[in-house]
Amino acid sequence: MPMVRREAAVAVTKRVILIALLICHSGGAAVLPQDRSDVMYHRYEGDGVSIDGPSILLRKKVHNKVSLSANYYVDTVSGASIDVRATASPYQEERKETTLGADFLHNKTLMSVSYTNSSENDFEANSVYVGVSQDFFGDLTTLSLSYAKGWDEVGKTGDPDFAEQADRQKFGLGITQVATKNLILGFSVENISDQGYLNNPYRSIRFLDANSERGFRFVTEKYPDTRTSNAVSLNAHYYLPYRAALYAEGRWYTDTWGIDAMNIKLGYIHTFGDDWVLEGFVRHYSQEKADFYQDLFTRENEFNFMARDKELSSFSGLTAGLSLAYEWQFSPDALVKKSSVHLEWDHMRFEYDNFRDVTANAPVGEEPLFGFNANVIRAFVSVWY
Amino acid sequence: MRRRLTQLFIITCALGLSGCASTQWELEPWVKPYERSNLADPIMSMSRNPIALAYIKHVFESREGARGADGAAGGGCGCN
Repeated sequence: MPMVRREAAVAVTKRVILIALLICHSGGAAVLPQDRSDVMYHRYEGDGVSIDGPSILLRKKVHNKVSLSANYYVDTVSGASIDVRATASPYQEERKETTLGADFLHNKTLMSVSYTNSSENDFEANSVYVGVSQDFFGDLTTLSLSYAKGWDEVGKTGDPDFAEQADRQKFGLGITQVATKNLILGFSVENISDQGYLNNPYRSIRFLDANSERGFRFVTEKYPDTRTSNAVSLNAHYYLPYRAALYAEGRWYTDTWGIDAMNIKLGYIHTFGDDWVLEGFVRHYSQEKADFYQDLFTRENEFNFMARDKELSSFSGLTAGLSLAYEWQFSPDALVKKSSVHLEWDHMRFEYDNFRDVTANAPVGEEPLFGFNANVIRAFVSVWY
Repeated sequence: MRRRLTQLFIITCALGLSGCASTQWELEPWVKPYERSNLADPIMSMSRNPIALAYIKHVFESREGARGADGAAGGGCGCN
């Protein structure tokens, strides 16, 4: 039974909006992004789940004033996460996502628009994105404003009558500042609001039931139908004299569900000659649970809103990543000006503070706290033309 | 945490506004175009591999409660 496909239900829409934003801003403000094509294979393995597939990105200028882009992405999910192992059987499914975008350059202003569709057999997400970036102060400062709107149609496998909707919108503001000839600083703030069916229709809460064989039972979660979040981030990139770079990023997050979160990332990029680029980073994330989250409720309808989604619990995550790239430079007059191959690997560890492993053989409410490791790889080829 | 976030936001806005005000009336751009070769190096780009960056952000967003302001936005350095 397809249960954890909703694991990324909200994230699908977030990704839809994010993809649009990234594709439209990959080249910076006041210059059109470079013409390039990327072909990537991605794979995630962790918590009993495998997710892999291809992603293809194409970008091409038209008359030096317009840049068109297209991205096609596929997730093939198989296995069973802890949520599925607790209540159902492993499954396999596929999600396909398509983004079409355009960037328009006028003097020092870059305007971007895009449309994204994400499609699964029980979930359909559409979104549009508009953004504008402006350079000023001798091109040392870039101001970016963005707006995105998304529409979700939520279904449920095995229940043809189940049809819900959710609308999402995002406002973003970003400032990039050249601080010195070796240092760039960035600041961004984003407000995201959702309205509609925000539940995961496959996720369940558990509550005490003395008549049950295991001492508890599961029932579908109940979420509020609105959510508003605010996030602020700061980042800094510093160029080192031997063609290397250090960077740091920090983000602070809060929302109306009571989740407070913070993450920090530190990275280092080292080059070997003109062709090899090695990068390593560590990232730490921590969050406090949503107000309506509990691992174990005392009865079925204890509160108006109840959740046991582990993504809404209190937990922390630590990620370490390594990547290696080899680049070929060709003549500026050649059809292909540059090419590169990349291999990136991240190892993640998540530790949950109040989400228990109910598959363990232990008294109710005394099961061991859950945690898992995951590995993520990206292998891709890029061509600039 | 929420209070700390609000304080950080206010301080950042105040710094930003004071920077704009001073740049309009007093300051000149202090990094000249010919001094930006280091900043123009691709290793200084926050999103030099957009296809991989979008994917890894999706991986995090699927497993974390937080969302937004993840460093994806922002421009370049006016280097080109």
